Amino acid sequence: MSYLMIFITAIFVNNIVLSQFLGICPFLGVSKKISTAAGMGGAVMFVMVLSTIVTYLVYHGILLPYNLTFMITVVFILVIASLVQMVEIILKKMSPTLYQALGIFLPLITTNCTVLGVSLLVVQKDFDLAHGVCFALANSMGFTLAIILFAGLRERLAFVALPKAVQGAPIALITAGLLSMAFMGFSGIGN
Amino acid sequence: MNNTSYENLTRGIIRENPTFVMLLGMCPTLGVTTSSLNGLGMGIATLFVLILSNCAISLVKDLIPNKVRIPCFIVIAATFVTVVDLLMAAYFPNLHATLGIFIPLIVVNCLILGRAEAFASKNTVFQSALDALGMGIGFTLALTLLGLIRELLGSGSAFGYSFVEEGTETMLMFIMPPGAFLALAGLIVLVNQLRGADK
Repeated sequence: MSYLMIFITAIFVNNIVLSQFLGICPFLGVSKKISTAAGMGGAVMFVMVLSTIVTYLVYHGILLPYNLTFMITVVFILVIASLVQMVEIILKKMSPTLYQALGIFLPLITTNCTVLGVSLLVVQKDFDLAHGVCFALANSMGFTLAIILFAGLRERLAFVALPKAVQGAPIALITAGLLSMAFMGFSGIGN
Repeated sequence: MNNTSYENLTRGIIRENPTFVMLLGMCPTLGVTTSSLNGLGMGIATLFVLILSNCAISLVKDLIPNKVRIPCFIVIAATFVTVVDLLMAAYFPNLHATLGIFIPLIVVNCLILGRAEAFASKNTVFQSALDALGMGIGFTLALTLLGLIRELLGSGSAFGYSFVEEGTETMLMFIMPPGAFLALAGLIVLVNQLRGADK
């Protein structure tokens, strides 16, 4: 699969949030304002690319040669959790401005299933490292695009008078459903 | 059974239903409920992990230092997820293939970590098991119901038994991604309306 095709399919055709249903919690939780949504997207991009590289190396360097592939879930989640912690500590020391922007989102990313999901998918799809990094970057861009679009919609929705039962989660889900329907227009590209 | 135990058991089923009221574990809820059987399978797998991890965590809660409790909880949950993953691959290979990536992702289901943090780390083993059982049943019911609605509308069948003739046009949208969002939104509106009527 060419690099360009990976980007197009991951961002538009098989968008990680809107058609794969990964990362719904931050998608619904941190999407009330465009600025926070963009911050979350940036943090996810950063961590996802980094963790894909590390988990790829761990899988092919340790798990595969020693026949420990059944440990994949335990090992990957541990690697991701410690990586996120480490990134937080390093950012705090090295780049306080970036830490200010991404800091509050970092702890949330450990339990963001996009990161673990993409790491596992890279192994399942048998990508090499370059394709894997490309796949992670493309998927995190897809996540960022979806969450920013969604936040933009929700900012406008805040002014609409709604019945009490529909306020909050239901209207957010309906909006996400319509967005997902719009993205279905891309399906078929790349097949 | 005394009052507290009963309360801990039943709380998760309706009043604090993890899916409709607390909105936990949204990814598997939306991702796997294309049919009622998939929803049921995912619900039972989560129920199993939830009970085992809640019990294990409440057993070792006094040994875990407060600062590193979250990573410890995640590792405990990941261990049981691996158990479920391997068991499912051995005994239900079809279901395992359909649920796919969502089985290892039970680890990062906020329901597991949420109950560990909010309940199991503060209560006895027995009460934690009851809490997990209640929450797990609530989650399973929610997923099965959502799966049933999507399956009925989207492919005209329920639990694999078809009601319509071959070739009938059904509302395919409901087994596609947008349908998941819309069906869940509809159910939550319904639950909100019913809860509002209670007050």
